[in-house]
Amino acid sequence: MAQIPESLQKVRFYQTGTLTVGNRLLDAEHRSVQATLDRSNSLDSGHRACQGCGEALGARFAIDAAMRATDNRLIAANATGCLEVFTTPYPETAWSVPWIHSLFGNAAAVGAGIAAAMKAKGRKDVRVIAQGGDGGTTDIGFGCLSGMFDRNDDVLYICYNNEAYMNTGVQRSSATPGAARTATTMPVGKDPGNAFNTGKSVPLIAMAHLIPYVATASVHDLHDLEHKVTKAMGVRGSRYIEIFVPCPLGWGSKPSDTVKIARLAVECGLFPLIEAEHGEITGVTKIRSKTPVADYLKLQRRFAHVLKPDNAHQLEQLQAIADRNISRFNLVDDQGGQE
Amino acid sequence: MKTPFAITLDVGSSLLNKTGSWRTERPQYLDRLPPCNHACPAGENIQQWLYLTEEGRYEEAWRQIMDDNPFPAVMGRVCYHPCETSCNRGQLDEAVGINAVERFLGDQALINEWRMEAGTSTGKRVMVLGAGPGGLAAAYHLRRMGHEVTVFEASPQAGGMLRYGIPKYRMPREKLRAEVARIEQMGVALQLDTRIDDVLAARDEGAFDAVFLAIGAQLPKRVDIKGNGEPPVLDAVTVLRNTELEQTTGLRGQVVVYGGGNTAMDVGRSAVRLGAKKVTVVVFEAREHMPAHEFEVTEAREEGVTLICLRAIREVHGDTVTLEKMVPGEGRWPQPTGQFENLSADVVVQALGQNVDTALVDALTGVRTAEGVVQVGADMQTGCAGVFAGGDMIPSQRTVTTAIGHGKKAARNIDAYLRNGAYQAPEKHEVVNFDMLNTWYYSDAPRTVRPMLNVMRRQSGFAEIVGNIDQEAATFEARRCMSCGNCFECDNCYGVCPDNSITKLGPGLRFKFKYDYCKGCGLCVSECPCGAIKMIPEDI
Ligand SMILES: Cc1cc2nc3c(=O)[nH]c(=O)nc-3n(C[C@H](O)[C@H](O)[C@H](O)COP(=O)(O)OP(=O)(O)OC[C@H]3O[C@@H](n4cnc5c(N)ncnc54)[C@H](O)[C@@H]3O)c2cc1C
Ligand SMILES: Cc1ncc(C[n+]2csc(CCOP(=O)(O)OP(=O)(O)O)c2C)c(N)n1
Ligand code: SF4
Ligand code: SF4
Ligand SMILES: [Mg+2]
Repeated sequence: MAQIPESLQKVRFYQTGTLTVGNRLLDAEHRSVQATLDRSNSLDSGHRACQGCGEALGARFAIDAAMRATDNRLIAANATGCLEVFTTPYPETAWSVPWIHSLFGNAAAVGAGIAAAMKAKGRKDVRVIAQGGDGGTTDIGFGCLSGMFDRNDDVLYICYNNEAYMNTGVQRSSATPGAARTATTMPVGKDPGNAFNTGKSVPLIAMAHLIPYVATASVHDLHDLEHKVTKAMGVRGSRYIEIFVPCPLGWGSKPSDTVKIARLAVECGLFPLIEAEHGEITGVTKIRSKTPVADYLKLQRRFAHVLKPDNAHQLEQLQAIADRNISRFNLVDDQGGQE
Repeated sequence: MKTPFAITLDVGSSLLNKTGSWRTERPQYLDRLPPCNHACPAGENIQQWLYLTEEGRYEEAWRQIMDDNPFPAVMGRVCYHPCETSCNRGQLDEAVGINAVERFLGDQALINEWRMEAGTSTGKRVMVLGAGPGGLAAAYHLRRMGHEVTVFEASPQAGGMLRYGIPKYRMPREKLRAEVARIEQMGVALQLDTRIDDVLAARDEGAFDAVFLAIGAQLPKRVDIKGNGEPPVLDAVTVLRNTELEQTTGLRGQVVVYGGGNTAMDVGRSAVRLGAKKVTVVVFEAREHMPAHEFEVTEAREEGVTLICLRAIREVHGDTVTLEKMVPGEGRWPQPTGQFENLSADVVVQALGQNVDTALVDALTGVRTAEGVVQVGADMQTGCAGVFAGGDMIPSQRTVTTAIGHGKKAARNIDAYLRNGAYQAPEKHEVVNFDMLNTWYYSDAPRTVRPMLNVMRRQSGFAEIVGNIDQEAATFEARRCMSCGNCFECDNCYGVCPDNSITKLGPGLRFKFKYDYCKGCGLCVSECPCGAIKMIPEDI
């Protein structure tokens, strides 16, 4: 069930196996899109994202892979949010793909409209991506998204999940984890930070729509991410990918730790990497070496209070969520580790 | 330009926005010194030759070794590989099998008859005393620098302790002979069976411009043991030398070896091979303080050598050796107990180390000796101008690579001396330690096990006991190298930059930062697996 294709497994001992972005010892076809000299750099330099922005990184990873998969015939619709604001302060843009911004909550609908227009024009070759932040996806854009799924519009929707409304100053969203500090969930009282709500998961909700393809990915595992985007672009109908993108500003982390934090989120079990087709889970990316959630939390100021003795119950709750993910999605190999 | 409805400005690119101005620190590529290279007494660039081996570029890899060490096939067999002891991969799973790969490359060179060339002639002449690893290494490097070199050797064959000390089962002679022959083919003159006693006279007679002494430590250290001469008490140097010369060694029946070092192990193991009935090594120190390497002790025991630790030989009489039991004292030095026991023996061999025959330098004015060894300056020169020295005869760890390292260093300094200059060693890079690496990216890969001859065959002859690793295993082992501190073009930095601020220059050319846009987040530094990027503060 591993994500990496069989052919790649053979070279796993090649110094760094398939874990690095590239590897001079791999044949060209097994290298990541990001390793190539001619990657499209669809999100180019000069954008105004913060230092070490996971969203900027995830967007280039994903859109470059989609560009490669569609032979550069791609249109992107973008919800309001950091990804829109830092890339495109009128009239400048950092995008080198045809790109449109309309509103905060309607990216899925705009994408669906473009797909319909392309169909009407007989342009089967041109493919459509709609993208937005977690706020624009799980909260305000949720209705449009569900509608797009329901109609099975030929759009890949990518949600860049940084677990809050970052662009307007770090307000909580329904993707904000329990205990996290945001501007609207301050760490005060006996249950500081965000409330532990029911644990809404848009990937699982997307699966419930029985759409052809749903996946989660993370900026720390590029091969897995590119594999999923490429796979999604090979499928018609509605597809959904959620990418875990740490935000140094909103999370209070070091810009240089962005990839490390994403790695720890996955390795501790809080952000499971899964793949599903037509409502059924078809693959999980195994945890390579299981880590305690505390290792993940301690790099982020938004969780600083969780590690204080007074709030041990919050740490337990977060560990319980991770453990539940691990057993629910069978994230740890019985043989121990992926290799 | 006419813009569409409700649009007043043309589309501009974000490339106009030079985000490099945000930066307070800048990433910079650098080559750090891998701990293996740092630990190699011959100064080999191990990381670099492993890198070339990974790609199957064996000849280039071999030439990289040859820049520092003319004996890859020898070193791949007898080196105690301090490189592996300090290899960073040892902290991840197991050290890279550097020594096995070196042997593979050394053997490839012999199979393919790769050669080395002499440098353009300088017309200067250097005399080298001693054709051990130290002398031969110096001769090789000096020849590459274009000097005429003559090596004078007292023994009938070249190699020093490589031939007359280290037994064949660890150092097959055809490999040694072939690597020495390659040095001769470069035009180094070898005068065997020529013992030099008057250095200056020989120098003047041969019109040499400089001298390198590498006479090793040939005199056996002995302790006085009470006895009547029966059974005979021999010394390790003579026994091993006679083994090599295929002369009677006197090893027979029950052999007792006295000493806890590698030489004692080699004598014991040779005795097993020569048909001794029983071999016992009596060690003064406690087991954990024995100077012999662990692998040698293990192998000796596998071959049937018995070890008795914390015993001093007090008397040898008739067919009996009297041992006094010792107890661990302060530090490493054991204390006597007054309790004795007996051991029967047909022959006793002392293997307590070697001394330098300093008589050779006594006649040289200015040369200083201390603690039985010759003193040299940082430039390897003795107190006598133009006379340099290295190897076992100067303060040294007394290993083959150390001697080879001395030979190289001396050659550089002699070369500078002959050009009336001073050798300026290039500045050393900072050493990469384990926490400068991001080891997440290295996949798990267990170390290759070197094949070993079975014990029966080891006991019955001098065939080499450690086998070759094949090409596939050598490549695999090289690929386990983490390339500490030196970019191996994994593309991680190029990939993880959120600002697309790194230009990939193409295979072999590495990368370049676009400082116009780099915001200084440091992600590339964190995600570089091998620690080849560093953040440095901007002047602001
Ligand atoms: C039994 C044994 C096993 C060892 N095993 C290992 C091992 O596995 N690995 C390792 O790294 N090291 C080992 N060593 C140590 C290693 O062999 C020495 O450190 C190394 O050989 C020293 O090199 P050298 O060139 O200084 O001296 P040598 O190798 O001793 O060479 C000196 C040469 O000078 C010649 N010579 C001396 N006087 C004169 C003269 N007046 N005129 C002309 N020629 C002269 C000698 O004949 C000799 O050939 C071992 C040593 C012994 C004794
Ligand atoms: C209808 C509407 N309400 C509010 C806003 C203000 N607004 C702009 S971006 C944003 C938050 C975006 O959060 P998210 O979608 O998570 O993206 P992020 O910035 O975190 O990447 C908000 C609230 C808006 N533009 N439109
Ligand atoms: S991993 Fe490679 S570069 Fe690093 S210490 Fe070991 S052999 Fe040297
Ligand atoms: S991240 Fe990879 S490509 Fe970049 S400097 Fe380090 S080793 Fe080289
Ligand atoms: Mg967000």
